[in-house]
Amino acid sequence: MDRRSSLRWMGWGTISAGVLLNACKNADKNVVDNAKADPDAFTPGRMEEEELHDKKLMSEQFFTQHELATIAVLSDIIIPKDDVSGSATDAKVPDFIEFMVKEKPEFQVPLRGGLRWMDLYMMKRYEKSFKDASKEQQIELVDQIAYPDKATDAMKAGVSFFSLMRNLTASGFYTTAIGFKDVGYIGNAPNNWNGVPDDVLKQYGLSYSEKELRECVSFEVIKDQATLQPAGQGI
Amino acid sequence: MGDLQIKKQPKHYDAVIVGSGAGGGMAAYTLANAGLNVAVIEAGPMYDPRTDSLQLKNAWDSPRRGASTKFRPFGDFDACYWGWEIDGEPYTQSGKMKWDWWRARMMGGRTNHWGRISLRFGPQDFKRKSIDGLGENWPISYEDIKPYYDRIDKMLGVFGSNEGLPNDPDGFFLPPPKPRLHEMFIKRAATNIGIPVIPSRLSILTKKINDDRGVCFYCKQCYRSCKVYADFSSSSALIIPAIKTGNVDLLTNCMAREVLTDKNGMATGISYINKEDGLEYQVTGRTVVLAASACESSRLMLNSKSLTHPNGVANSSNVVGKYLHDSTGADMGGIIPALTDRKRYNEDGVGGMHVYTPWWLDNKKLDFPRGYHIEYGGGFGMPLYGFSWGIEKLNGTIPVNGKTKEAGGYGASLKQDYRNYFGAHVGMAGRGETVAREDNYCEIDPTVVDKYGIPVLRFHTNYSDYEIKQAKHMKETFAEILHSMGAVVTWGGDDGPANNYGLHNPGKIIHEAGTARMGNDPRSSALNKYNQAHDCKNLFVMDGAAFVSQADKNITWTILALALRSSEYLVDQMKKKNL
Repeated sequence: MDRRSSLRWMGWGTISAGVLLNACKNADKNVVDNAKADPDAFTPGRMEEEELHDKKLMSEQFFTQHELATIAVLSDIIIPKDDVSGSATDAKVPDFIEFMVKEKPEFQVPLRGGLRWMDLYMMKRYEKSFKDASKEQQIELVDQIAYPDKATDAMKAGVSFFSLMRNLTASGFYTTAIGFKDVGYIGNAPNNWNGVPDDVLKQYGLSYSEKELRECVSFEVIKDQATLQPAGQGI
Repeated sequence: MGDLQIKKQPKHYDAVIVGSGAGGGMAAYTLANAGLNVAVIEAGPMYDPRTDSLQLKNAWDSPRRGASTKFRPFGDFDACYWGWEIDGEPYTQSGKMKWDWWRARMMGGRTNHWGRISLRFGPQDFKRKSIDGLGENWPISYEDIKPYYDRIDKMLGVFGSNEGLPNDPDGFFLPPPKPRLHEMFIKRAATNIGIPVIPSRLSILTKKINDDRGVCFYCKQCYRSCKVYADFSSSSALIIPAIKTGNVDLLTNCMAREVLTDKNGMATGISYINKEDGLEYQVTGRTVVLAASACESSRLMLNSKSLTHPNGVANSSNVVGKYLHDSTGADMGGIIPALTDRKRYNEDGVGGMHVYTPWWLDNKKLDFPRGYHIEYGGGFGMPLYGFSWGIEKLNGTIPVNGKTKEAGGYGASLKQDYRNYFGAHVGMAGRGETVAREDNYCEIDPTVVDKYGIPVLRFHTNYSDYEIKQAKHMKETFAEILHSMGAVVTWGGDDGPANNYGLHNPGKIIHEAGTARMGNDPRSSALNKYNQAHDCKNLFVMDGAAFVSQADKNITWTILALALRSSEYLVDQMKKKNL
């Protein structure tokens, strides 16, 4: 967030301004898509037990290089680069999934087993692992496990695995600055809530009642609102 | 460990308070400002939202992107240390329905992350037995507590609107924020079928109330606690100001073990273990105030046995631990197809709903005795761990711009689905009143101790048909509202008799109360109407334990009002040399 516009935007007393400017600065610093967040970024406000837990997880490695490379290929099939935003690997989704299987060990067997299930499927047909198969061969398998309602019984194990991968990939992707921008999340920034914008009210045939307009907190409309940057896109 | 010694703190206090949440915070603030010397014992570490809040952090600042851990069951950015489990501090069960027990271990306790829903109990809520013959009446009426509600509204700040409702009293409200888009959909739909929707009542400062606290800047993150103190937490709004008087010693990381008593049965102080050095201490005081949370305060009382208090301190009535009850809870949610693929803008707003539904029906015409209120959620939230989890269950059934796709999928088409459903979700949660019963209780488990050697609680809880029928009614209401707004139910719609209509386990709503209830008769209550123990007049209990019943309202505002009233009574009794 631009500092001057944020100050103008906020317009509160001195107590809050300093704290918030620092908070904004920190948010800007973290704009890079760092999948492995700096654990120090969290202190203070973290319990010692949590710090130790995080350090332990970060010192461990669960997936093999082969598995991680397979996750990379698969996550980019699920969330590829398009004309709006980058791909899952651009947002370092494989690193996130590596962390999450240590955080939630219940994912370890389904993911490891599912990756092996895919490799075996490909080996039988094409004598190649999933990641080394051609794009067409990969998609041929993915098409059979990506649509739960259409999948044959023989492919149901793959469907469960793929659904979990889809969900984890989305969690890893949309929780980065790339993902925020893609989905259009504009928040996590000091502002004055002045109600639903007029054009949106109009679109849905809604309006605030006289009672609401009378009793609710309201702010002067700030003309340069459009120049404000969404969260995570500052300079 | 070497020879076990008990170290006695040399300073003798006017009051030793156990716990720093809503009750303990209000006691510390009131007593310290009256000039008393106060010790506050807190089982967890120091916590100041100004420095320790994770407010305005982005999702990627957490390696788990805000997912929950046992340290933070409500997610990695949530302000509360610990929750359903604490390492080395077990609790056990003997009832039909498991009791879920949330325990905070930090200065300010659960008030650092709570929903800030600040509802006064109404006149009927203090006299339910007179209305439906169930449970017990309070020894006080709304008129007794109204002046204290009025004062905390002004002292701590709460927004809302005066509606003139008979059992949801008006107050001194700051202006509420305007409803968000999905809340306007809810309001229109619910109003059309006769269900009222009014501005919510949250202790969040939409206007400046004093120089020590800032004003809300609408980040929706009250659950992370507020760096500018713009919402009510006991840490920021009570304990820290109390410390500034110079009259408060805050003992953090100290776990209370017992209430100490003398041969006459009077309280003399608290024994505790300091978690940092592992040593045993005693701190003495002219009065003792328990505010460790309803169940922890009762545990302390039950563990404080002596010749004069063989059944636990102040428990000649044998009611301590009994009448344990939580709010009921059941939920449902869906997607509003009309809100798919909608325009983006910052609609964070305050940390919580901008509108809610107070109880609106007459129980005489229903098959269950007590009411519930409805809380609403939805809108564009910060994408965190679990974002659009299970989209394969949405994109095959919910049309976007009139078209429905094959469920599941991948690639550019899937990316468009995530965009389309973002901000189209709406959820609702019923929070209702349970009838407090003697046979729902916690007691000391004679066979289990925690890692400090303190005997732990064993819970014995069950629901009756009253609560189950209420949950059924909630679900029917939610389905009606969702239907009326054209939403497609996506979760919570499959519950039925087999799972008590999705009624949450008792304890799950984290409004536990009733375990050392007040009353005029010392044979059936532990405390008098001033939160003072019948059997031990210099012992006070100022948390939810004192409640006779808990209404269909969140209990914090009433804990605060009662603690203010009780603390001023304590000061007055000291002045009169009665304590």
